[in-house]
Amino acid sequence: MTEIERLQYDVVVIGAGGAGLRAAIEARLQGKKTAIISKSLFGKAHTVMAEGGAAAAMGNVNANDNWQVHFRDTMRGGKFLNNWRMAELHAKEAPDRIWELEAWGAIFDRTKEGKISQRNFGGHQYPRLAHVGDRTGLELIRTCQQKIVSLQQEDYREFGDYDAKLRVFAETTVTRLLKDAEGKICGVFAYIRETGKFVVIETPAVVLATGGIGKSFKVTSNSWEYTGDGHALALLAGASLINMEVVQFHPTGMVWPPSVKGILVTESVRGDGGVLKNSDGKRFMFDYVPDVFKDQYATTEEEGDRWYEDADNNRRPPELLPRDEVARAINSEVKAGRGSPHGGVFLDIASRLKPEQVIKRLPSMHHQFKELADVDITAEPMEVGPTCHYVMGGVEVDPDTAAALIPGLFAAGEVSGGMHGSNRLGGNSLSDLLVFGRRAGEGAAEYASEVTVTVPESEVEAAMAEALAPYDREGGENPYAVHQELQQTMNDLVGIIRREEELEQAIEALGKLRERVANVSVQGGRGYHPGWHLALDLRNMVLVSECVAKAALERQESRGGHTRDDYPAMSPEWRKVNLVCRLASEGADGFVELKRQEMEPMREDLIGLFEVDELKKYLTEGELPSEEN
Amino acid sequence: MGYKAKFRVWRGDGGEGELKDYTVEVNEGEVVLDAIHRLQATEAPDLAVRWNCKAGKCGSCSAEVNGRPRLMCMTRMSTFEEDETVTVTPMRTFPVIRDLVTDVSYNYEKAREVPSFDGGDVKPGEFRMQQVDVERSQEFRKCIECFLCNNTCHVIRDHEENKEHFAGPRFLMRVAELEMHPADVADRRQIAQDDFGLGYCNITKCCTDVCPEHIKITDNALIPMKERVVGRRYDPLVWLGSKIGVVKRGKETPKA
Repeated sequence: MTEIERLQYDVVVIGAGGAGLRAAIEARLQGKKTAIISKSLFGKAHTVMAEGGAAAAMGNVNANDNWQVHFRDTMRGGKFLNNWRMAELHAKEAPDRIWELEAWGAIFDRTKEGKISQRNFGGHQYPRLAHVGDRTGLELIRTCQQKIVSLQQEDYREFGDYDAKLRVFAETTVTRLLKDAEGKICGVFAYIRETGKFVVIETPAVVLATGGIGKSFKVTSNSWEYTGDGHALALLAGASLINMEVVQFHPTGMVWPPSVKGILVTESVRGDGGVLKNSDGKRFMFDYVPDVFKDQYATTEEEGDRWYEDADNNRRPPELLPRDEVARAINSEVKAGRGSPHGGVFLDIASRLKPEQVIKRLPSMHHQFKELADVDITAEPMEVGPTCHYVMGGVEVDPDTAAALIPGLFAAGEVSGGMHGSNRLGGNSLSDLLVFGRRAGEGAAEYASEVTVTVPESEVEAAMAEALAPYDREGGENPYAVHQELQQTMNDLVGIIRREEELEQAIEALGKLRERVANVSVQGGRGYHPGWHLALDLRNMVLVSECVAKAALERQESRGGHTRDDYPAMSPEWRKVNLVCRLASEGADGFVELKRQEMEPMREDLIGLFEVDELKKYLTEGELPSEEN
Repeated sequence: MGYKAKFRVWRGDGGEGELKDYTVEVNEGEVVLDAIHRLQATEAPDLAVRWNCKAGKCGSCSAEVNGRPRLMCMTRMSTFEEDETVTVTPMRTFPVIRDLVTDVSYNYEKAREVPSFDGGDVKPGEFRMQQVDVERSQEFRKCIECFLCNNTCHVIRDHEENKEHFAGPRFLMRVAELEMHPADVADRRQIAQDDFGLGYCNITKCCTDVCPEHIKITDNALIPMKERVVGRRYDPLVWLGSKIGVVKRGKETPKA
């Protein structure tokens, strides 16, 4: 019998990015004995890749900004598919979460008055993104990491043990959530990557903060960790996912050289004046302003350029439309034969800012292009194209407590669904992590105070058998080969533009891939064996991909991060619908079941923040407020 | 376009191992990490390597390429001749777990000893700092914690015995970052010298040399810290002033 380490915690947080760390900090502040489980080393989460900033209506640069404006922008950006309560909480609480980071030692760029500086970004009406050059995510992670260290130092002074109340399990992967006979969460089953040893942590409350699903796609800005673990763990435990079809393709990923294809080029390039051009040298975005945004965007280059200096009297340039619009526009230009040599378009900052300004404001971009592509962005344009960046869909949660629909399960950050509707605005992710990370930590701590659990032995045995299965199979397929095929399938058939036949093909192909995943095998020891790790991650990627494909086939409209070639219009009827995925049975061989679920109507005071004329573009007749009010 | 590159990669664990020869296909624009990944996907599925972002932002894929401490994701294959053998070994200063993966827990232990940011009585939202004043610390906060500086530092590279008393460039820089933070009220000068071993550093700039973020660790963090420590301990005017009570000494912050 393989040896298993057994531990007990009040709260277990899976994932050590921004949401996970913030949740863990909160649970520990509430006095709970908290474990953080990270697939990577402490401080290496995908959050470090976030560049532009964290959106919070602090009003430091433009005093007209407030939570209501931020809320409106977020709903517009998400094309009203957002969970409005989440968008409300997010807009209201983001400033406090940013200020708190500063009190923990974060050093943001400053305004002349010495306050936190804020920059422009796509879809945000006012300069709103607190930032540190173009490495804001790193600052956020490092600050939360260092806050955790400072809490551990407090515990060391009190208990003589840094890990007494808050312990980080680095390079550890959870493969199963464990449930007791009543259907409550009672623990997690994990393996330690370094040794391959198993660990069972008994806990009443689990916070999922595992990020996204990008590694199911070939061209992605996401790191290897983004294998949809939290999404899959939730499904396997009986929880539900909503709107998995909405996947954000960031408009500007690197397209050359091949080894860096997909790596993100921050939206700050456009926020700071960068423009998109096709092979004719034309600023094509002016041709792609959709009707719903017609009044808010400049119609001439001159007006767009003036906006950078005088935002109150000019409309913003269309390069700063929400990401879904820009990504589709680039896709169309390339298809029409007006792309750049390597299949993207040109993003030009060189002709817009002086070299020293580029280096000051966009240091990592300058560095990244110079080192990886031999391109000096102060002198020549970048080549960019869409890359799979973010999944708006995720675990269905209660907005206030971040609780999923299973007792003891919570989710925050990218793994949760609803907050961003059909399209996330840049900068809203870092603030989302903090706002809902804190709420999830609090929700989990509160729940854990009331509940005790015991792990049934049968659950542990089943989880261990599943984890060891790739070693038991002989002559099965190489996991790397299966992974590559999955990525190609998702990229080709469930990518940025979708159509019925292709989605049907994808679902069929995924069914076959699922069988192949169940048959991959590995050999050798269990200590730091990446082949084994991938074999286990594949289960999650295939499950999540099935959700994306099935939901994409079901939703017969185009909205934000879901574009159907065969249903190009946005439909007010579909707007009211959340697509909910569950597993028909709880085993890994269960199949994904899809259900339509009506969205709760927006609260009256929130709907009152919009002009009726604007609402008409999104809502059905029956949903509109009566004109007399 | 593509060619077959010759690689020698360290394989092994538990204190034993050897360099193994491989031939790997390499395509235009690729980096060393691409070649390592191709090896994994084809002939060595169990080859252990740490990586995350593949864009030089997370600091996970630190190793030594032809003996030089580097991020594998930022080392372009075009910097080598096509017939050159590329040797990839794990960081030498830290114990090998397996293949290219090392046990970097030394760094996390040192991080825990540095007293955290102390903003005094200022409430969240009320901090006011000028850009020019935060820029010094901001440079150090660019650090991606790849630990290549600590790996290359000769104080600990071949001197296990120094690890206990030396925090390495990374965490001496962390001390400098906090000391130069305009809103921090703690005083870490004494412990920089006594507990973190600032005096061991003889400013050979090896750390600066290997920093993938091009942080001027020696010039901007370590040397100014040395000056501050000297000012604290040996400035005759400060000494005299504190003796006769003209200069009040702030409270020294102890090691955490």
